[in-house]
Amino acid sequence: MLEIHNLSKQFGDSEVLKGVSLKVPKGEIFTIIGPSGAGKSTLLRLINLLDTPTEGTILLDGTDIHKEKNMAVRRRMGMVFQKPAIFNQSVYENVALGLRFRQIDERVIRKKVADALAIVGLTGFEERKAKTLSGGEMQRIALARVLVTDPDVLLLDEPTANLDPVSVRVIEELVQRIHHEFQTTIIMSTHDMFQGQRLAHRIGVMIDGKFAQFGTPREIFTTPNDRFVARFVGIENVIEGRIISKDRGIAFIQVGRITIQALSPLPVGTDVTIFFRPEDVAISCSSSHAESVRNVFPGQIVSITPMGPYNRIIVDCGVKIIAMITYMATEDLGLKEGSDVCVSFKATAPHILAAEE
Amino acid sequence: MNEIISGFLTALHLIITLDPGVIEISIRSILISLSSTLIGALIAVPIGATITFSEFTGKRFLVNIIQTLYALPTVLVGLFVFLLISRAGPLGFMRLLFTPEGMVIAQTVLILPILVGLTISALKGLDTTILDTLRSLGATKIQFLRSVVKEARYAIMAAVVLGFGRAISEVGAAIMIGGNIRGHTRVLTTAISLETSMGNLAVSIALGIILLMIALVINLLLAVVQNR
Repeated sequence: MLEIHNLSKQFGDSEVLKGVSLKVPKGEIFTIIGPSGAGKSTLLRLINLLDTPTEGTILLDGTDIHKEKNMAVRRRMGMVFQKPAIFNQSVYENVALGLRFRQIDERVIRKKVADALAIVGLTGFEERKAKTLSGGEMQRIALARVLVTDPDVLLLDEPTANLDPVSVRVIEELVQRIHHEFQTTIIMSTHDMFQGQRLAHRIGVMIDGKFAQFGTPREIFTTPNDRFVARFVGIENVIEGRIISKDRGIAFIQVGRITIQALSPLPVGTDVTIFFRPEDVAISCSSSHAESVRNVFPGQIVSITPMGPYNRIIVDCGVKIIAMITYMATEDLGLKEGSDVCVSFKATAPHILAAEE
Repeated sequence: MNEIISGFLTALHLIITLDPGVIEISIRSILISLSSTLIGALIAVPIGATITFSEFTGKRFLVNIIQTLYALPTVLVGLFVFLLISRAGPLGFMRLLFTPEGMVIAQTVLILPILVGLTISALKGLDTTILDTLRSLGATKIQFLRSVVKEARYAIMAAVVLGFGRAISEVGAAIMIGGNIRGHTRVLTTAISLETSMGNLAVSIALGIILLMIALVINLLLAVVQNR
């Protein structure tokens, strides 16, 4: 239903979007993930008619929205911004605003506002001054304000970027609930890749004004197209090597002085990049392992960095391999910087791409 | 020194006993300045909003000019309006010279730059997300302007109060256009000027105190509204 063709946007000398194309079918939750400044907000703003593209077209059910620029098209969309815009009025007036613009009968407005406040869990807040609410509550008001207008397309521009973790969960559940109840097409940007994974049917990774990859969350998180996407989705182990032999689908990849075994259809002699997640790497003190674990390399711990319940451990095995293990396991094994250990991972863990030229 | 103290005492007497002459002048002052402020606001706020949210060449220059005119000398406004409404002027046929209506026109002209300029400042202070949200919610141009003015209402009210203060306290245009005719165009400022030159210090002080009290009351009202 929403089709974007070759969309570009230039602000002065800087090209923020560089020929973006995208199709979002009706009823899909599409998440744009990518680092800050990649152009995510600009894309959403162009869809919402807040900015004009330098080139390219956006079609909503076949209508070129920037050509038509009519109110009817705009009023089919609703957008929630990173910073919730709250008007210095009551909660009721804040939520009713879009309906006021549509000159809806006051009785209908009252009903719709009450319904929307119920959905976002703020029933009874009508007469409160909206400015006195918390950040999370304000963002829920912003969602309710868009909901009352029954948008066909809901645009969410990093709606949880400024919120505490509890409020983030509340907003995420709301997004899922809204989608479940109204089958709204939702296009959402986030720099939180896990949020993208939690909410999206499909993800587009935007890097430097272009989509580097489209895919289901699983595809994006396990089989990145290139090292930029890999880095962004947390695949920290990116290693260059060459396939030196093959045995029934298993490629033996020479990396410095070690040989990594991985599933790959690529032929012998190919220069490849090996991607695997730190979470797929185990650390032990002995080199005896189950047969299925084909990759076992001795090495020495270079650094241990705490990350929440995990420790990020870098082990030098000739190449540096990053592992993510729980702090409990770290303590049980008595791991310290300088400890001699073995790292291990299955042949199915790495994702192999032919090296980029 | 004694003269001043006795002036003060007489002044308090005039105010407390609600001296008819003093009350009449005060009410006229308030009515004329209130009228010019209201008319000025009705003209200035839409103009200010339109300027703020339109893009055109020379916009910055225009805003600079408007800000310069904050300090517009009252006698210049008096002269300008005099030329406009005196017998020989383009609006001479309306016979507005030496009338309260003429004074309202002069004061409106005087405070328009402040009202327009401060409206622009007030609207510029709004968060861009507020503006984006209004557009995103499908506001028409008119709905948009109405909403931003509503959102900036307290800052705009402060501008209007400032405008009223300038209108009620100016004397140059009031005397040139009104002529200080007793019972017709005599207002607080022109009366103070006249009474002082005639040596009636007590009356002048009384009128001065009233002038200050009006300003005080208006500002208190504004503070109450803004804190609500």
